[in-house]
Amino acid sequence: MFALRPVRLAAQGVPVASRRVMRAGLATEATSKTGDNEEFTFELGPDSFLTHNCDMPALTTTATRGELLDMYRTMSQIRRLETVSDQLYKSKLIRGFCHLSTGQEAVAAGMEAECNEGDAIITAYRCHGFTLTRGQSAMSILAELMGRKDGCSHGKGGSMHMFGKNFFGGNGIVGAQVPLGAGIAFAQKYGGNPNHNMTFALYGDGAANQGQVFEAYNMAKLWNLPVMFVCENNKYGMGTSAHRAAASTKYYTRGDYISGLKINGMDVLAVREATRYSRQWTRELMGPLVLEMATYRYGGHSMSDPGTSYRSREEIAHMRSTKDPINGLRKRLLEANVIDEEGIKAIDRAVRVEIDEAAKQAKASPEPDLKELWTDIYVKGTEPKTVKGCEPFDIHHY
Amino acid sequence: MPLRSRGYAAASSDEPQFINLVQKSSFLNRDGDAIFQDPEFSRISSKETKNVNYYTAVNDALATALETDESAILFGEDVAFGGVFRCSMGLESRFGKDRVFNTPLSEQGLVGFGIGVAAQGATAIAEIQFADYVFPAFDQIVNEAAKYRYRSGNQFHCGGLTIRMPGMAVGHGGHYHSQSPEAFFAHVPGLKFVVPRSPAQAKGLLLAAIRDPNPVIVMEPKILYRAATEDVPVADYTLPLGKAAVLQEGRDMTIVGWGSQLYTLEEAVRRAEAKWPDRSFELIDLRSILPWDADTVIRSVNKTGRLLIAHEAPLTSGFGAEIAATVSEACLLKLEAPVARVTGFDTPFPLIHEKFYVPSIVRCLDKMEALFNY
Ligand SMILES: Cc1ncc(C[n+]2csc(CCOP(=O)(O)OP(=O)(O)O)c2C)c(N)n1
Ligand SMILES: [Mg+2]
Repeated sequence: MFALRPVRLAAQGVPVASRRVMRAGLATEATSKTGDNEEFTFELGPDSFLTHNCDMPALTTTATRGELLDMYRTMSQIRRLETVSDQLYKSKLIRGFCHLSTGQEAVAAGMEAECNEGDAIITAYRCHGFTLTRGQSAMSILAELMGRKDGCSHGKGGSMHMFGKNFFGGNGIVGAQVPLGAGIAFAQKYGGNPNHNMTFALYGDGAANQGQVFEAYNMAKLWNLPVMFVCENNKYGMGTSAHRAAASTKYYTRGDYISGLKINGMDVLAVREATRYSRQWTRELMGPLVLEMATYRYGGHSMSDPGTSYRSREEIAHMRSTKDPINGLRKRLLEANVIDEEGIKAIDRAVRVEIDEAAKQAKASPEPDLKELWTDIYVKGTEPKTVKGCEPFDIHHY
Repeated sequence: MPLRSRGYAAASSDEPQFINLVQKSSFLNRDGDAIFQDPEFSRISSKETKNVNYYTAVNDALATALETDESAILFGEDVAFGGVFRCSMGLESRFGKDRVFNTPLSEQGLVGFGIGVAAQGATAIAEIQFADYVFPAFDQIVNEAAKYRYRSGNQFHCGGLTIRMPGMAVGHGGHYHSQSPEAFFAHVPGLKFVVPRSPAQAKGLLLAAIRDPNPVIVMEPKILYRAATEDVPVADYTLPLGKAAVLQEGRDMTIVGWGSQLYTLEEAVRRAEAKWPDRSFELIDLRSILPWDADTVIRSVNKTGRLLIAHEAPLTSGFGAEIAATVSEACLLKLEAPVARVTGFDTPFPLIHEKFYVPSIVRCLDKMEALFNY
């Protein structure tokens, strides 16, 4: 019943070029002269995947130079973006709650490499990377972090609440986004879904214990919805390690009647392969899958957590030195002669310049006007006549 | 009213920093056993006090509850490590992993679990990490906890259940680390709901909540956890639920608030006294939202003829509305002006416009002036 043999899908998905358009404005020069379409083949590690009631994805994967460099650049951009956010937080330009995804870059970058523009993504508050891969500019992300007018949520959402085209957020309430994912997928299916679009509903290992995740599983399987439940297992929910909170930490099996895959989420090529596999799965109308991305956050849960009281410094150092997704891909690219040291350095430099420039622009953006306090509560024209404060002049008349 | 744009990040403001208000507040006991002159504290036999902050006082109450009641257990997200605000620091090692433990991230589940524990006659102390995250558990609280006794004709109940949750604004908490959901729960017969304003209050009210034979929610103003420090009795004591505290007596205006809002109101009153030297103000900490102490408020308004209520939650259907309706009914002929409210606006709790949203000193003063000029 679960005999799905994923076919090689090199020609499927959106052409690389059009994916690039979504990230317009980001440096692409470094690659253009080297022959973007040359194909390379890689062996994924034997432990890249574990399966639950489905076949193993292919352990050999091919990608063009353009695709590979795109993934490398995307991960580097996310990392730099988070580093700059960290600095802005420390200089008090970002306030309040802020969660970085440093270490987890391969998940967003690998998924995006196989995502169509029509695919939908919804995730929790650790959302900066996905906001970038879904096409928002680094400037608009940094501006949002600082609560500025040019932020991707007009400065009204902040760190946890960023959105973009077919990117349904950025959600602060843990687990709440997962049933939304099922609904988004239902709407895709209801519309006939000629492009085989699908929805990725992401949540953490901690969130995996919320009841509504299981409610969403049931609906998704009952109605065979094209939704991928993607559990980003970074091994901790705040200070609680996964095994202290979950009776089973085999998150990929926790859909029970929904097939699942565990993926080495520190390897962008494995993430990409799994995403490709899941598209084939939905194409064959097999409904949902649970994809557990084994990943790791280097920093604390949020800016107020040093991240070292519930895990050892050695553990973090070990993950950084042996599993880092960016170093891992860099090593592969150099070994396969996809690019040389100089080329990699050029990309790194370009990314740095680009994100730093974005930060500069974001800082120059003003805070939203005070009148924005009253907007976006209801659709313009359908509001109650007033929104009340306590003074005659506090009452806002629409 | 000066609705000028003030820096979110730079936090420049005409208003004094909240922390400064707390530090100079006269509501916090800094004179050791002076606190025992307060009749609510005078019956405590040991006169020993200790200077502690709010989270340490909560910790002390929790330790006392665990020590004096062997059926008591303490649980919630990250509680075993002390919790986000350190309120349960050291309790796991002191009382054991079977009494103090982390739950999975599952508010509906953990509150339901607590109801079950309490239904067996045990004492269940649950922590919801932020009041903003109580909503996944709303059904369990409203439909299960509050109605268990009623719908079983008193055969079953979960009176041993206490839910602690940090609430209210903190300066930069945004949509989901700032809310004050008291009014939602004020609508639910069968529950009690308290908001302690200070360390000594927190210890006594929390212990009272834990020992009260009804499910009680304790909302702790998170901004006070570190900011508020006072000399707190070391002994085991409780303070009454359902009773307001008159923090300052006065003749010309009654001002009602709860939680961290009181420190803003205290400063507003100081400024009002300077501005209107011949007027005096009665400041009341409501403390309990459910049941609420209508008698104390009505008695006060019958004396002063003016009432100002301030709370952070939005205006419409905020708890101030209930107070206003009750007072209008009971004090109509004594009122010199309509009951006034200074509250959050009818918007979601904003991210960068928090300073405009919360009932600031300036907004409270403006309203006082309007009450006098009516
Ligand atoms: C309903 C709800 N409960 C609690 C919280 C507080 N909280 C924020 S993140 C978090 C831990 C989530 O861990 P996980 O799902 O593993 O995601 P990660 O932070 O590791 O990405 C908690 C408890 C919340 N935001 N929402
Ligand atoms: Mg996690």
